[in-house]
Amino acid sequence: MSKNATDCSVEKLTTGIPGFDLIAVGGLPIHRTTLMAGTAGSGKSVFAAQYLAEGIKQWNQTGVFVTFEESPDDIRRNMMSLGWDIPAWEAEGKWAFVDASPYYDDDTLITGSYDLGALLVRLKHAIGKINASRVAIDSLGAIFSQFQETRMIRLELLRIAKAMNAMQVTTLMTTEREQEYGSIARFGVEEFVADNVIILRNSLDDQIRHRTIEILKFRGTYHHKGEYPFTVVPDEGLVVVPLSAIKLNQQSSDLRVSSGNTMLDEMCGGGIFRDSIILVSGATGTGKTLMVTEFIAGGIAKGERCLLLAFEESREQLYRNAKGWGVDFEKMEASGALNIISAYPENATLEDHLATIKNQIERFKPDRLALDSISALERITSAKGFREFVIGIASFVKAHQLAALFTATTPDLIGGTSVTDAHISTLTDSIVLLRYVEIEDQIRRAITVLKMRGSMHEKLIREYTIDGHGMHIGQPFGYHANLLGGGIGSAFKNNDPCLNWQPKPANNE
Amino acid sequence: MNKYHLKLYITGKTPRSESAIQNLRKICEENLDARYEIEIIDILERPQLAEDERILATPTLIKSLPPPLRRLIGDLSETEKVLVGLVFARLNCL
Repeated sequence: MSKNATDCSVEKLTTGIPGFDLIAVGGLPIHRTTLMAGTAGSGKSVFAAQYLAEGIKQWNQTGVFVTFEESPDDIRRNMMSLGWDIPAWEAEGKWAFVDASPYYDDDTLITGSYDLGALLVRLKHAIGKINASRVAIDSLGAIFSQFQETRMIRLELLRIAKAMNAMQVTTLMTTEREQEYGSIARFGVEEFVADNVIILRNSLDDQIRHRTIEILKFRGTYHHKGEYPFTVVPDEGLVVVPLSAIKLNQQSSDLRVSSGNTMLDEMCGGGIFRDSIILVSGATGTGKTLMVTEFIAGGIAKGERCLLLAFEESREQLYRNAKGWGVDFEKMEASGALNIISAYPENATLEDHLATIKNQIERFKPDRLALDSISALERITSAKGFREFVIGIASFVKAHQLAALFTATTPDLIGGTSVTDAHISTLTDSIVLLRYVEIEDQIRRAITVLKMRGSMHEKLIREYTIDGHGMHIGQPFGYHANLLGGGIGSAFKNNDPCLNWQPKPANNE
Repeated sequence: MNKYHLKLYITGKTPRSESAIQNLRKICEENLDARYEIEIIDILERPQLAEDERILATPTLIKSLPPPLRRLIGDLSETEKVLVGLVFARLNCL
């Protein structure tokens, strides 16, 4: 087996499990045995079955499933709900079970010494019968419960692992562990199948379920380190969200597209970059949804496909709001240029939402993406989970070269320079602030481009108004200290000339 | 007549297999007169049978007749257990 450092693809078998091959830099080490350890309910059996299923579906690679715990009938039934017709594959000679599950009907007596050599015989027979290249063994802990001779079992499993490697099959063995963070597996199983280890976790973090996969080690070959979230999607199976493991090979785009508002484009130095994310931050009522609407309308007008992820308002509300500004979302959706996904954040976990978004981007292939608002999603997760989510979406946006607009709601009504969370602002490329400002006896609106990565942008704070035709960005406020801090402070008392400042009419530009 | 049908599954010719075969023959001779049938199945030669009967440990002795079906795992060196497992005690009750 080639150990060429630059040619890792030779050493890996692509599993076909979404996201996994990315974090594994190719897949499972080929012709080797990999141990997958996880607590009860962490998803090991699904992963094991999916490893075989994807092999069959995508490359016609046949597989043998050795089950120590669940009966083949139970497995067939359970996996149907994920869309895998195992009985059909069995009939076609693509899937074979080795049923090593305990038999409870007849009594079994131990009358002397024995070994588990029969297991290897059956396994070899099954592999030979269907010419299998993939083997899944689920789960080792169960065999230690069936037979008490721990040392003998370990030796046998070692023999099996070696035999599998020699037979040129790539094996995945699952085993139990008791704690999410602690020893790798029960029964010291990892001592002999220790070359390649993956851990599945199902932990509670801030009262929220957090499913992650971590490649602990692959001997002699590369993989991404750390935990990555995953979810199980009906009709699809396990989906790993690779987050920052996605290679950002793409050249950063120089191409600019319109934000939907000509004045804002100018403030940004000529429009926004095609593969960038704009974060629009403002209090309720400042016009974020309007910006989303103009962003989409602007894209559609240029013939672009738009995907709107709405977590704040229902579809009907969105239609109504947009109509109020002369934008017909309903018509755009009917034409196929616009796709609106509207959901309550609480309906699913953040990993589920991320998997859905990823799916939508891949199926619908939009040119631009609007998400209203990420603050709604912040509610349903921990700080760590939220940050990972934003990294995840940012990765998709870059990978698919989308222009994306996210809205975020600030808690302060007047002023405030904070943008959601300090971390999030570092992940986005551009930040636009929409603020209410208090000037004398009026509340006015201010817009400014706080940051625009990779471009000069206007530093001014401009006034804007909203009417039935949309957002009108007008003149800069001129000298007004502390505008974003809440407008007029004590500096403006005592004959400050700014007290008498009047804005020029907005239509001069 | 209650004839015993006994199938002994072994994995190749090993000391343990030989032990099991000898032990089985001895126990049957001593307890069953001629009312038994032993079949020795080497799963190395007939792996499909191992799959059909879901044999994991070898040697495994399966008593299919008379009912109930019994599975005995091991080289049959613990005679007492074998006797209990095959319910030979009943033979002497008339």
